[in-house]
Amino acid sequence: MDRVESYREELGFARGRVNRALLAAPLALALALPFVGSPASLVRGTLIAITAIGVLGQNLLIGYCGQISFGQAGFLAIGAYAFAHLQFLPWPLALLGAGLSAALAGAVVGFPSLRLKGPYLAIATLGFGIAVYQLLANVSWLSGGRTGLSVARPPLLSLYCTDVLLLALFAAATSNLVSSYAGRAFMAVRDSEIAAESMGVNLTRTKLLAFALSSFYTGVHGALFAQFLGHLEPELFNLGEVLTQFVAITVGGLASVEGSILGAAFVVLLPALFGGARWAVPVLFGVAILAVLVFQPGGLAGLLRKARLYLEQWPFR
Amino acid sequence: MDRFLQYAATGLSAGSLYALVALGLVLIYKSTRVLNFAHGELATLGTFAAFALVSRGHSFLLAFPLAVLSGAAAAVLFYFGALAPAQRRGATLLGQVILTIGLALIVQGLVAFVFGTEPERMPFPLSDSDSRPVGPIYLSELSLGTLAASLVGCGALYLVVQRTRLGLAMRAVSENLLAAQTLGLPTRRILALAWGAAAALAVLAGLFLAPALLLDPYFMLDPFLKGLAAAVLGGLGSLPGAVAGGLLLGTAESLAGAYLGIAFKKTFAFLVILAVLLLRPEGLFGRPFKERI
Repeated sequence: MDRVESYREELGFARGRVNRALLAAPLALALALPFVGSPASLVRGTLIAITAIGVLGQNLLIGYCGQISFGQAGFLAIGAYAFAHLQFLPWPLALLGAGLSAALAGAVVGFPSLRLKGPYLAIATLGFGIAVYQLLANVSWLSGGRTGLSVARPPLLSLYCTDVLLLALFAAATSNLVSSYAGRAFMAVRDSEIAAESMGVNLTRTKLLAFALSSFYTGVHGALFAQFLGHLEPELFNLGEVLTQFVAITVGGLASVEGSILGAAFVVLLPALFGGARWAVPVLFGVAILAVLVFQPGGLAGLLRKARLYLEQWPFR
Repeated sequence: MDRFLQYAATGLSAGSLYALVALGLVLIYKSTRVLNFAHGELATLGTFAAFALVSRGHSFLLAFPLAVLSGAAAAVLFYFGALAPAQRRGATLLGQVILTIGLALIVQGLVAFVFGTEPERMPFPLSDSDSRPVGPIYLSELSLGTLAASLVGCGALYLVVQRTRLGLAMRAVSENLLAAQTLGLPTRRILALAWGAAAALAVLAGLFLAPALLLDPYFMLDPFLKGLAAAVLGGLGSLPGAVAGGLLLGTAESLAGAYLGIAFKKTFAFLVILAVLLLRPEGLFGRPFKERI
């Protein structure tokens, strides 16, 4: 669809005018929000940025590498609690520590994925998520007991700026990653394990890398979430959190960076729109999932792609 | 010894309900190759239907069959309305699992809308506290009723699957979908019936779980996870395995609670899942996986 005229252009981050415009619009919006938006919209913007980092990670594992994992709530909790316990360190180190401890847990959980496929892996990771929850609920020195753990909360504006910046970093890193060797190996494993293996892709390394990377993202998501909330309780990390992330990657679009961000925006903004009727949120989430899977399997990202194609080729079709 | 028997029998009665949930999960997995994450919610839907009927003064004899039918109808509707069209468009395994999650979210939201999220007490003909002596031990009326109901549920499923033409068709479809289609079987209707039967079993379990737990839109989450553990223990592809897994899990869990402490009882099911998946992923009764290239 885009005509590429030189190798330099082929390697470019955003190819073509439409792509550059599509990339610039959300960046401009994110930059303008602190000046024109209300505090409430800043809160939502921060939450979207935080959630999008986690959804990106989950999309790496589920969308790109095809490993169904229900353990996200566990990694989220590990990231959040690691961050809360590492608060004495400088902020970047604490964040890194949170991400790395989740990544370590991810690599350990990834081991069954070498033997288990599809629904079995889903069940095993589900068990892991619940095990983390039970551990936190029962071991009080980890979770701070009944009162929970408190986390220092910076002012909203600086929170917004750091989180949006981090999201931009993670999004750029992800879109580079998925077109690198590792990303192509993920997709090869997703499409056919046997074919990928016979092409020389190391299954063990690829799957464990996918698990570790995705849990790193989720750990960072957890740490930022802890900082955003300022207070941690094990109840925050239940199965509902996993379901929300599944809604985000499905509605946004599997295996798509812009889809992850759109999906995160969807799951953050929809409850804000229906604040009065809490019951409506799961119903709308569910209907959105069914509609996407039956009518538009590409999700919002697929819709975007179609719209772009239409615009580029207008008036021809 | 009496203490052991007492706990084992209580666990057996809980396990028989896990077995019903697990049977439904396995039935759906075997027939449509989908892990149904909305299984608990289908049961919730049926149980709340019964609750609505009973609290309006209808008799249990009317309410319970209607509840089972409503759960089954919801499952059939989901199959025809969402799963079959998605499968026709070549939805991936992940897509189908996510579809069932969508169904679960919709049912949760609707139940919360109609009945609220406050826990309610379900009126029930059998009492939780009146005990009857059975040999050396005592079992509550509810436990005895539960055992009887699960026996009826499993027995009915066994008879349908093994002794009727419909069951033969179901087995054929789950064995080889393409061959069954070639032979002229109405595969979609048969698969829809399998979903309906599975949901009916889940509602039956939900009805007998309701008096012991309080009714709220999320009350089936824990039993659903236990049923999943039981299904994995028995082997996701084996109906007798599901029953054995459920009974085994219930008994072991009750005994673990009695002898190892109550905190252990809660995590027991997940330890079982992890152990089985690491040591013998195909479960106790499942056939080992083979892959054809």
